[in-house]
Amino acid sequence: MDEMKDVIKNYVIKEYVEDDTEITYDTPLISGGIVDSFSMVSLKRFLENKYKIAIPDDKATPEAFDSVDKICQLVGNYLK
Amino acid sequence: MTNIVSYEERIKSFNWEIAEQELNYQTGQVINIGWYCSDRICHLGKADKPGLIWEGSSGIEKRYTYNDIRLKSNTIAQFLQDLGIRPEERVCLFMDKIPELYIGFLGILKTGAIAQPLFSAFGDESLFIRLDNARTTAIITQKKHAPKVRKILGKMPYLKHLILVDAEPGKPLGEREVALNMDEAENVEHFQCFPTKAESPSVLHYTSGTTGQPKGVKHVHYSLISQYLTSKWVLDLREEDIYWCTADPGWVTGTSYGIIGAFSNGVTQCVLDAGFSAESWYRFIEKHRISMWYSAPTAIRSLMKAGEEVIRKYDLSSLRHLASVGEPLNSEAVIWSERVFGRPFLDTYWQTETGSIMISNYPGMKIKPGSMGKPFPGITATVIHPETYQPYDEPGRIGLIALKPGWPSMMRAYWNNEETYRKKFRNGWYLPGDRSSIDSEGYFWFVGRDDDVINTGGHLVSPFEVESALLEHPAVAESAVVSKPDFVNMEVVKAFVTLKPGFFPSSDLDLDIMNFVRKKLSPLAMPQEIEFIDNLPKTRSGKIMRRILHAKEWGEEIGDTSTLEND
Repeated sequence: MDEMKDVIKNYVIKEYVEDDTEITYDTPLISGGIVDSFSMVSLKRFLENKYKIAIPDDKATPEAFDSVDKICQLVGNYLK
Repeated sequence: MTNIVSYEERIKSFNWEIAEQELNYQTGQVINIGWYCSDRICHLGKADKPGLIWEGSSGIEKRYTYNDIRLKSNTIAQFLQDLGIRPEERVCLFMDKIPELYIGFLGILKTGAIAQPLFSAFGDESLFIRLDNARTTAIITQKKHAPKVRKILGKMPYLKHLILVDAEPGKPLGEREVALNMDEAENVEHFQCFPTKAESPSVLHYTSGTTGQPKGVKHVHYSLISQYLTSKWVLDLREEDIYWCTADPGWVTGTSYGIIGAFSNGVTQCVLDAGFSAESWYRFIEKHRISMWYSAPTAIRSLMKAGEEVIRKYDLSSLRHLASVGEPLNSEAVIWSERVFGRPFLDTYWQTETGSIMISNYPGMKIKPGSMGKPFPGITATVIHPETYQPYDEPGRIGLIALKPGWPSMMRAYWNNEETYRKKFRNGWYLPGDRSSIDSEGYFWFVGRDDDVINTGGHLVSPFEVESALLEHPAVAESAVVSKPDFVNMEVVKAFVTLKPGFFPSSDLDLDIMNFVRKKLSPLAMPQEIEFIDNLPKTRSGKIMRRILHAKEWGEEIGDTSTLEND
């Protein structure tokens, strides 16, 4: 799980953070304005590609994507 | 009683002088939006009234009285003047929804310069196109967005100043960079506002079209007349209101009604600078006792999606009046809001070019859910034949929405684009580019755009811009961009792509292309879906037939394919 957390955190930093804003596992991503609702689609696609899973659209909510911790929890639900 | 009192009575005796008199403005006098939105409110005895209550994503709250807004906009104006910014030069605001954006907007206008707000999620390419077109002299931004500016700085010798509102003390600044900390700077008590007149340029907003680059829509200080009165009569802003306009001032709603309309009416407005979640929005309404809420169908549908359980956790009884803008508000959303909030969202229709509300539902008027409502008093609106440009006589006919030019907030030009500006007028009418019908009672019913522009979440995206960006990706040979239906955003961007030899469709390539467009243009413009195909449908002359792809996405009849290549 820790490895997954780091993979997702690093991806978020690489793709969505322009400056030196520090991101931790519980940094609010959606409500904190780091990842907007349109960009959530690309983050979902990354998770699906990386972990070979399919996240149903109705589970990909702003709340479920609001931190690295929450995303890991969501991904965990779909890992075989 | 509502501010408009009676729509029917207002129509009979309307004159824009009503607003001029209330604002104590006479033809030929100085009119400066920056002054009207701050100094004038203080002169009316409301210096100590809260004007702006801001809350950031981390829960930090900042409050500014109208006197604070006056002083801090003076301070920013003086700072810009000391830098050498001159009247009519373009000063870009490229920030999140932070107080400096709202107050900086007024400060720019006080100097006589033109405020050019741009959405802070724009990528460097989108930013460059708009700054280059306007030959912007200065840009005010935050350190988190500065890297995008620095990336294109070398291509913009005309951009003299990059003003950072949150520079770290002691940290060296880069080329052309200066720091301005609004809250810590010494307040400027007196600033002589530039004596702008009715036709002096004020705001330059950029909007997208089907073809060509984004157009800079030039507004003037006289727009205040429309923005003040529509805020008062449509949004029904009152002295005791706590107002929340959820729009970002990077777009026109955020300036016309998130800054000018609110402050010129002297109300207290709240701003939430955080990403969307139903919980945080309802909490915000409860905490600040929001009474007037101006939002967008996308947000309303997102709230619908979040369900009603969450609503019951909050006390939303302060809500008195709700309105919506950005895209057509479906009847289900109107009915839903009436059920859960006890009052309907009233749809308002207008666009960047009109500067203020043109057609609307009004407090106290009979509401037909799903209808755009009726023209604002003083606005002559109709539906015309798309070829003859003659108004239809009988109700129910679908045609182009047409507005008789002449209201105060009408755009005065597309920046350096006279030809496109002229094309917006036909037979004495201004054409916003939308289709609708009018029923027998005079209510307008939206049908759709009259062009290929994609309205996603209330923001216009040019298919041309996205296609151009896609072609810069090393794997893409050809592209065609259309809208596809979406419950929350009404439409989202979909791209059809053919690949260059040596590249093959894959989910990784799909993601790479999405991110490429997102960073170059903006998250709004990023295709939410990419479909790899072998050939795009084209005419025999080689023109891509977007119409066919659009029809496929929307389940519509494809129509005439006689010009289709290989048909």
